[in-house]
Amino acid sequence: MANPLRDPRDRRLPRIAGSCGLVMFGVTGDLARKKLMPAVYDLANRGLLPPAFALTGFARREWDKEDFAQVVHDSVKKYARTPWREETWAQLSAGIRFVQGTFDDPAAFAQLRRTVEELDKERGTGGNHAFYLSIPPSAFPQVITQLRESGLSDPQEGTWRRVVIEKPFGHNLATANELNDVVSEVFPPDAVFRIDHYLGKETVQNLLALRFANQLFEPIWNSQYIDHVQITMAEDIGIGGRAGYYDGIGAARDVIQNHLLQLLALTAMEEPASFDAADLRTEKEKVLRAVRLPEDLSLATARGQYAAGWRGGEQVGGFLDEDGIAPDSITETYAAIKVDIPNRRWNGTPFYLRAGKRLGRRVTEIALVFKKAPSPYFQQIQGSDVGTNALVIRVQPDEGVTLRFGSKVPGSTMEVRDVTMDFAYGNAFTDESPEAYERLILDVLLGDPPLFPRHEEVALSWQILDPITEFWATQGQPEAYRSGSWGPAEADRMMARDGRAWRRP
Amino acid sequence: MIIDLPSTTTVDINSELVKLRKEGGVITLGRVMTLVIDATNANAEDAIATANTASREHPCRIIVLSPRDGGDTLDAQIRVGGDAGASEVVLLRPPTATMDHADTLVTPLLLPDAPIVVWWPTVVPATPSASSLGAMAQRRITDTKGEDDPAAVLCSLSRGYQPGDTDLAWTRLTRWRALLASALDQVSDNRVLTAHVRGDVNSPSILLLGAWLRNTLGCEFEATYDPQATGLVEVVLTTPAGEVAIRRPDGHNATLSQPGQPDHVIALPSRSLGESLAEELRRMDADPVYGEALHEIKAS
Repeated sequence: MANPLRDPRDRRLPRIAGSCGLVMFGVTGDLARKKLMPAVYDLANRGLLPPAFALTGFARREWDKEDFAQVVHDSVKKYARTPWREETWAQLSAGIRFVQGTFDDPAAFAQLRRTVEELDKERGTGGNHAFYLSIPPSAFPQVITQLRESGLSDPQEGTWRRVVIEKPFGHNLATANELNDVVSEVFPPDAVFRIDHYLGKETVQNLLALRFANQLFEPIWNSQYIDHVQITMAEDIGIGGRAGYYDGIGAARDVIQNHLLQLLALTAMEEPASFDAADLRTEKEKVLRAVRLPEDLSLATARGQYAAGWRGGEQVGGFLDEDGIAPDSITETYAAIKVDIPNRRWNGTPFYLRAGKRLGRRVTEIALVFKKAPSPYFQQIQGSDVGTNALVIRVQPDEGVTLRFGSKVPGSTMEVRDVTMDFAYGNAFTDESPEAYERLILDVLLGDPPLFPRHEEVALSWQILDPITEFWATQGQPEAYRSGSWGPAEADRMMARDGRAWRRP
Repeated sequence: MIIDLPSTTTVDINSELVKLRKEGGVITLGRVMTLVIDATNANAEDAIATANTASREHPCRIIVLSPRDGGDTLDAQIRVGGDAGASEVVLLRPPTATMDHADTLVTPLLLPDAPIVVWWPTVVPATPSASSLGAMAQRRITDTKGEDDPAAVLCSLSRGYQPGDTDLAWTRLTRWRALLASALDQVSDNRVLTAHVRGDVNSPSILLLGAWLRNTLGCEFEATYDPQATGLVEVVLTTPAGEVAIRRPDGHNATLSQPGQPDHVIALPSRSLGESLAEELRRMDADPVYGEALHEIKAS
C-alpha cells in the first residue's frame, strides 16, 4: 500500500534513502578522503541519510574502528561543504566500522560479511548494502569475486545489493567488455552504478532544463542554425603523481571517452519521453550510435604532449620529464577530435572535442557556435567574426551560460560589435549547490539510475574512440606544446582546414 | 555599502540603484525574485538579517517596509555588497498613515517579471491575499508562532486561504514530516491505526501537524497539550506491526523508534528562522498540502 504520508504534491519532503549501509573499498585514497567521505557527511547533515545508516571501510592498514573513524572525522572536517555539527557526527560515527584485510584474503571478506550482518542487527541497516569500489580497475575482478564467494553480493528477498564503480571502465572496447563481464557475472545490470561525476554536476543537469524546459533554444538547436559545436575540457595542472595511471592512457581515454562524449550525447540527443533512466539512456545511446568519424583521421584529429614552460607564474617541466614517464612515451596529454552526427538534426554540423592538461586555464564548456546571419548588408560589414552568435554552457568553474550576439556601437555609422549576456549560477541561485558526489551517492542509495551510464553507453563511446587511439599508436611522438598555452599547433591547423578556429574559453 | 536617502521618493531610489549598478558592477540581473517584508511592529534589522541569510540561497531584491510614527516624508536606505548578503536591500520608512498605499510605494522598485514574495515577520494579516501587499504577490508567508491564540489565527488564515499562502509554523515541521514519512516507508504494512501527538499548548506547529496527520491518515487521532513541555515532544503512529514514534523530550535530540529496528538517536534541533525562510523561498508555487491541513483545522 502506498505510504499515506507521501503525497506527490508535497514537494517539501525530501527524498531520504531507506535504511542501508555503504561499504567503501579504497578508503585511503584521495577520492575517498577528499570527496566521498565529506559527501556522506554532507548528506547526513542535510538530513538525507536514513537514521539507520552505516559506513564500513575496508583497507589493508592495521587500523581499528577508532582509527578509521578518526580518518573520516579529519577528512570531513577538512573537506565537507556544510558546517560541522557534533550531533550529525555523533549520529554518523555510531555507524562507522572498519575491516582490515587484503583483496586476496577470503578471511577478511568473511569478516566483512559478519560486520555487515551485525550492522543489520545493531543498526537496522535492513540487509541493504552498497559497495563502493574506489580502487584501481585491476583490482576489480578480485574484489568482485570475493564479494560473490563470501556471499556478500547475494541479497535476501526484499533487500538490495549495489556496486559502485569509478572510471576508467576499461581502456578500449575489449577491456571494457571484459570488465563488464566480470561485474555482470556477480551483479545484475540494474545493481551496477558507474560513476561519471560530471553527470552529477548541476550544470550538466541544467543542460536538459535549458534545452527542454525552454521554448527559446530548441527550434534553433540544429544544423540549420548551428555551424559547429566545441566541447572543451581544459586542465591547468599536469599529471601530478598519476604517472602510473596516465602513461599509456592519455587524454582521449581519460577524458574524451567518458566526460566529453557524455556531454556530446546530452547536447545532441533528442528529447527523451521522460527523464527516467530508461528513456534518457535510450536517447543518449541513439545519438552515440549515430556518431561517425571522418575518413582521414590524420586530418580530423590532433594530439600533443606538454613541454616545459611557465604556467601561472611558476616554472614547470614537460610531460616526458615527469617521474615515472618513459622518456620516449607517446601518451598524449592533449587530444582533439572531430566527429559528425549525420542525422536529421545534425547533418553538416561537426562536433569538435578537445581535452588537455597544462592548458591556459581550467575550464570545461560546451560552445554552440551559430552560422553567420544571412543578411546581405551586415555580412559586408568589416570584422569578419562580428555577428557570430555563440551559446556557451560553462560546466566548471563559474557555472553558467553566456550568449554572444552583435550589437550596434553607439555613433553615426552602423558598426556592430559582439557583446555577451551572462548568466552565472552563483548569482541567480545559491553558491551552495550540492557537490556532484552528494547527488550521486544519494542516487545510489535510493536506487535512482538516470545519472549513471550503463554498459551500452560505455561500449558505444569506446567504439567511437578506438579507431582514433589505434591510429595514433602508429603515428609516433605527439607534437609538443608549451605548458600554459592552448595546445599544439596541429589542433589549430585541424580547425583551420575547416575554416574555423577554436574558441578561447 | 549603505546609502541613506532621507526625505526621498521612489524615483530617486531607483536612479540610485541604477547608478550603483553602473559604478560598482553590482549585479541586479541575476536576482530571481523580490522579497517584500512588512516589518510593521517588528524589528527591521532582525528581519533583514534573516532575509540576508535566506538570500544566500536565493539572491533577491529585498524591500523592507518599516513604518515610522510621525513625519510626512519617506526615508529610505539602500544596502548593497557586504551589508546585504547576496541580495540588495531597500529599507523604506514611510509614515504609518501611508501604509494603506504600501503597494504603490513598492511597485516602482519591483524587479521586472520576477515573482514577488511577501513576508510578515510579526503581524499576521487576517486575510493575507486581501492586504495591499499580499494582493500583488505570488507567495505570502506569515508566521503564527508566538500568537496568543494560534487556533483562532489559523482558523482566520484558513477562511482567507488562497493558493500561495504558507505559514512558517508549517515550515518548521518539514523535518518531522520527512522523518515520519520515510520511517513509514520502511514498514511493510503501513496502515496507521492511531496517531498521537504531544507538545506544549499554544504551538501553531503542533496544531498543523495534528491537522496534517488527521487529514492524510484519516485514523483515530489524539493530541495531548502539556504546559510543561517545550515545543513538539512526541509523535506516535501505531501500525499493525508496531509503533513508529519520534520522541524529543529535550527539544534537541530525538529518538526514532520503528518496528523491527533498534532505536536511533537523531539530531532534530529546532530550525532557525533563516533556514525556514530559505525553504519557503525555494518554491514559488502553491502548497496544497498546507492548504488542506489548514482547512482541517477550521473543520475540527
